[in-house]
Amino acid sequence: MGTYLLRRLLIAVPSLLGISVVLFTVLALAPGDPFGDMIQNPNVPPEVVANLRKQFGMDDPIWLRYFHWLAAMLKGQWGFSFISRIDVDHLILQRVPVTLAVIGASQVLALFIALPVGIYSAARPYSLFDRVASTLAFVGFSLPTFFTGLLLILLFSIKLDWLPFVYRADLSATGWQWWWEELKQSIMPITVLGLFQGASWTRYVRSAMLDVIRLDYVTTARSKGLKERVVILKHVVRNAMIPVVTLVALTMPQVFGGAVVTEQIFRVPGIGSLLIDAIQRNDTPVIMAVTFVFACLVIAFNLIADILYGWLDPRISYR
Amino acid sequence: MEERDLRALIEDVRAGQLPRRSFIQQMVGLGLTAPMASMMLMHAGVAQAQTPSAYKPTKRGGGGPLRVLFWQGATLLQPHFANGTKDQEGSRIFYESLAVWDNDGNLVPILAAEIPTRENGGLAADGKSVTWKLKRGVTWHDGKPFTADDCVFTWEFVRDPASACVTIGVYKDLTVQKVDDYTIRILYPKPTPFWATAFVAAEGMVIPKHLFAPYAGAKSRDAPTNLKPVGTGPYMFVDFKPGDLVQGKLNPNYHMPNRPFFDSIEMKGGGDATSAARAVLQTGEYDYAWNLQVEDEVLQRMEKGGKGRAYIVDGGDIEFIQLNITDPWNEVDGERGSVKSKHFAFTEPAVRQAMAMLCDKKSIQEYIYGRTGKATGNFLNNPAKFRSPNTRWEFNIDRASQLLDAAGWKKGADGIREKNGKKMHFVYQTSINSTRQKEQQIVKQAAQKAGVDLELKSVTASVFFSSDVANPDTYGKFWSDMQMYTTTMTAPDPERFMDQYTSVEISQKANKWQGRNICRWQNAEYDNLAKQASSELDPVKRAALYIRMNDMVVNDNIVVPLISRPRVRGGNLKLTTTLSGWDLDFSQLQDWYKGEA
Repeated sequence: MGTYLLRRLLIAVPSLLGISVVLFTVLALAPGDPFGDMIQNPNVPPEVVANLRKQFGMDDPIWLRYFHWLAAMLKGQWGFSFISRIDVDHLILQRVPVTLAVIGASQVLALFIALPVGIYSAARPYSLFDRVASTLAFVGFSLPTFFTGLLLILLFSIKLDWLPFVYRADLSATGWQWWWEELKQSIMPITVLGLFQGASWTRYVRSAMLDVIRLDYVTTARSKGLKERVVILKHVVRNAMIPVVTLVALTMPQVFGGAVVTEQIFRVPGIGSLLIDAIQRNDTPVIMAVTFVFACLVIAFNLIADILYGWLDPRISYR
Repeated sequence: MEERDLRALIEDVRAGQLPRRSFIQQMVGLGLTAPMASMMLMHAGVAQAQTPSAYKPTKRGGGGPLRVLFWQGATLLQPHFANGTKDQEGSRIFYESLAVWDNDGNLVPILAAEIPTRENGGLAADGKSVTWKLKRGVTWHDGKPFTADDCVFTWEFVRDPASACVTIGVYKDLTVQKVDDYTIRILYPKPTPFWATAFVAAEGMVIPKHLFAPYAGAKSRDAPTNLKPVGTGPYMFVDFKPGDLVQGKLNPNYHMPNRPFFDSIEMKGGGDATSAARAVLQTGEYDYAWNLQVEDEVLQRMEKGGKGRAYIVDGGDIEFIQLNITDPWNEVDGERGSVKSKHFAFTEPAVRQAMAMLCDKKSIQEYIYGRTGKATGNFLNNPAKFRSPNTRWEFNIDRASQLLDAAGWKKGADGIREKNGKKMHFVYQTSINSTRQKEQQIVKQAAQKAGVDLELKSVTASVFFSSDVANPDTYGKFWSDMQMYTTTMTAPDPERFMDQYTSVEISQKANKWQGRNICRWQNAEYDNLAKQASSELDPVKRAALYIRMNDMVVNDNIVVPLISRPRVRGGNLKLTTTLSGWDLDFSQLQDWYKGEA
């Protein structure tokens, strides 16, 4: 297991380097430049823009810029935003709490929906509950988040006026009041994302459970006289959850990438909206930092998922 | 309108026979700007109107929070690094300039004790210097006093190319001298007719010397004050998350009495214009929203909610079509759209005239823009009430067809006109924006009826408006037959706006297509007029020159002005604002208050 881990980590390094090269090249080739707004402004003389470009090293050849960036990254400096002129790590760290709170909570909600519904559906396949749940699940992951988001806004904010629809990261209340306000403003984005994610996970949990339920040892457990509840929860679920755990571990990096569409609709200041803004403004350092961290997380969680799988299922061995 | 007539009008204002506001509106109708008209009056010695202040609250604070939505969030808070108006607005919450422009084109003193005029000795007779007297008793948010040293320092900081300030164009050619602690003198190398640029409006915000001095020059980007602004404004800095949130709290030592009304201000960014309109007009969650680029019928539907209303403020922005007189499809000396080439159709004036007649501005205004746009015939703006006597526009498909027939463009078998074997097929490009695509459709339909085939092309906005040298679709390259976009008038003075048609500014490979004369129009007389106007001290003569220049451009049909685009904002019904079409929304933020509707 130790050698396996080491080997995986060693392979991760060239993968990350390769990813960073591809990212950097694509960004360098992309049209548009971060000082486009300034160029359009007739009052900004071209020398200023030229000076800025020199300051940020934008006129150097691609490979030189790449090495500068790599060297800075290795030293722990994530770069300096062209547009906001502050350090990229500040920008990202400002957005991490909100991202974790909203997007993280939505993943937790998705799990809370998917697990019970999936397990119960599998325990009574093709019953009324199962059919309703499956239909809702299909509807859930077919409707795009911007649609469900807008529906919720129209219903809860405009028609009923119960919930605010613009997320404010700076609530001034304290104590219980703060929690109540926070709940009111986050519940819609969390629901939108949670339902979307939960819908697809429900189907997955259900099919994983069905695979296990028809195995012989379950029949054995039942014929031994164990209560149905114990059979399902103690024997079936544990084994069925192995692939589900893997799936959840692999979708964890999404929390970091944020849910771009939902963040735009509700104005949640998460990392997804930071990324989209940076892309639209050609703010290369921010894009590189965010996508690179995302790539690292994907690789890390892949590794975690593989190890977890091996740990949960003794049949798997590491070579 | 001749110079003579302009002078006569000014005398009428002086004698009290013509209200000042009417004069200004007439000037705007001729294509000038309100600030320019105001300066004409000032130059002639007609005193500025002392508008009684509409500010009602009698004590400072107590108004609760002011929540504003700028769907393009501010990304930095240093006014001289600003990437566009959103950053200037964010900075304006904390910083102030000596004076700002109000909607009627008057200069309103903020940090200045009074506006310089001939009478009070502020304006020199030779037009080469301006003396500003500063307000006394003003302090920065950290308690240090505001003095002339700060103004002089701001000038030194901005003019230094190593600081890479975007406002350098305003400050680099002049000299600022300290006369005493509360007086500065600005010296210009040559007579400057429009002097109200330095320390005025968005580009004139004064920054504190004691905080920025250690970071002048190349270290400017490291100044911690860049992210934690300390200014003289009505609100003090609390928090800033770039692209998302700017927070300020009431400044208890603000230099104007009973102001500000609100205890705090919150400027939220992100999202799009429609949801911003919704948040102000329908749910009332926010008090004010900036730049609602939303169709009028949607706005009207939202206003029915009874919580807010749309404010429409006239400005200088104009949506227009450019006709290419060069050949964008073939290379001459390795350059497409070279000045040496000729367009196969648009070099004929009759064709350009016909094209101008095929643009149905009235329908575009009625069905697309509604209240948020006004059909116009001038390149410099034009309110509907006062039409310029010199430029006319009409939408007439039949006359256009006649013109084309007479010019030798006959309809072929497929209904498309041709001459000498070349078909009248034009590529018409613009940015991706649902309103623009609709406008394109309207023009295409009319053109089709006249036998002109238009191929519509749309380019994503961030690419169209960029200056990427490698990309063929930028508006600066103009490698299509026609293109359309809105050009904004970023300064109240028309000089910078109108000199975009001089030969010097022709956009070509040699200057990396950064020239602003994108149509590549060349006219010796226009160049002459432009040179004359830039050094003409008498604002009346200058105004007459600009009117002539506007007429030349429009009558030559090199551009087809479509819609004058006023600024559309949304505000809570109870909110009283001071919006100006010639300066930032927040130019007089200290005067905003909320009362009973």
